[in-house]
Amino acid sequence: MKVPEKSVRDTTFEELAMPLFDQLYNFARWLTQDTAEAEDLTQETYAKALRGFSSFQMGTNFRAWMYRILRNTFLTSRTGLKNTVAIDEDTDEALLPVENTTPESSLIQQASREMVQQALTDLPVHFREILLLCEVEEMSYQEIAETLGIPMGTVMSRLYRARKALRDLLRKKNEGVRHGV
Amino acid sequence: MACEQWREQLDRYVDGELDPAQASALSAHLRGCADCAADALERVQLKRSVQMAGKRYTASTELRNRIAKTIAAKPRHGVGWYWKILTLPAFALLMLAVAVNLYVGHEDARRQRVYSELADLHVAALAGSTPVDVVSTDRHTVKPWFQGKIPFTFNLPELQGSEFTLLGGRVTYLAQTPGAQLIYHVRKHEISVFIFQDRGEGAGLPEGLEHPQSFNVQTWTQNGLRYFVVGDVGAEDIRALSKLLRGAG
Repeated sequence: MKVPEKSVRDTTFEELAMPLFDQLYNFARWLTQDTAEAEDLTQETYAKALRGFSSFQMGTNFRAWMYRILRNTFLTSRTGLKNTVAIDEDTDEALLPVENTTPESSLIQQASREMVQQALTDLPVHFREILLLCEVEEMSYQEIAETLGIPMGTVMSRLYRARKALRDLLRKKNEGVRHGV
Repeated sequence: MACEQWREQLDRYVDGELDPAQASALSAHLRGCADCAADALERVQLKRSVQMAGKRYTASTELRNRIAKTIAAKPRHGVGWYWKILTLPAFALLMLAVAVNLYVGHEDARRQRVYSELADLHVAALAGSTPVDVVSTDRHTVKPWFQGKIPFTFNLPELQGSEFTLLGGRVTYLAQTPGAQLIYHVRKHEISVFIFQDRGEGAGLPEGLEHPQSFNVQTWTQNGLRYFVVGDVGAEDIRALSKLLRGAG
């Protein structure tokens, strides 16, 4: 969602920002896990973005800019601070190795929508957010890097770990269901 | 290339992050390798399930409206639009100041011109051989004399018990407008009272006492007439006569 520079003078903040409303709220709700907080977070994001709109550089990624504001606002909120754990950053772990090479199609197929939602909720917030940005928002690695303010390599490794953690959670839930736990 | 190495690329493949050459090479491998193909399928399925599960929450219309309202009709983005916002009031203020200054200057010049003209009329009348055309201390004589000579009528005060004496009157002109000039006497001083219809040069002049060119002038409007009381007497006398005239008008 790059904003072409030539349209600079014809673009209002409203025209750029309102189309993102639904997805920003969804993201806010996933982060906060609370309706009222999500509403406040969304509103504050829009207020901050409006104030900072003059400093937004046309020609750069507006969507990533909005998500970054939302996420930074969340991280400095009470819930955000509570949820933030020191991320043992991924560099050493790299992308490798795919230890469990057994295809898990069946596992994923058996996982209901609710189960995946629950698993996402249970994930640490830094895994949850990167999965949402990648799968729901369909952001490129570059956009994710901009949004989260991390290098591309970290995007890839964190995404890898997030998916692995999600699989693990789903497997546990699946086993729980199977064994009636 | 061993399957391990292909699989390292699978995430980027399903995320659409491989360049076209890498992607087509991997596609070719997947067509011939069931294990890798199953792995790729699992990753795509995981992506889809997260995508579906992730689209979960819908905001209230109320929140949408509230936010839309807050940000509605905000200025367009442009290079330094905020500077325009910041400088607009200052610029408007500056223009206003300039306009006020011009207006005040203009008004001031106009007022000075009117006053000096009145002072001239006053001096000229007194310096002439016949300061007044109707010589009478009786207001009931002076007032009717103006009938037919000026396009309005006015009332003159009873001076009984005051220090002022009416000497008489004459027709005068201010900016091509005919009016009455009455001359009063107080302690060896003459005071001119000018009465015009309140339009033209006299219009919009501030009421109150002014003292241009060592004369004191008081002016006001009353019943559509503009009064000027001009004389070299003290402000107290000007005010006292003005008060009498207002009372009569």
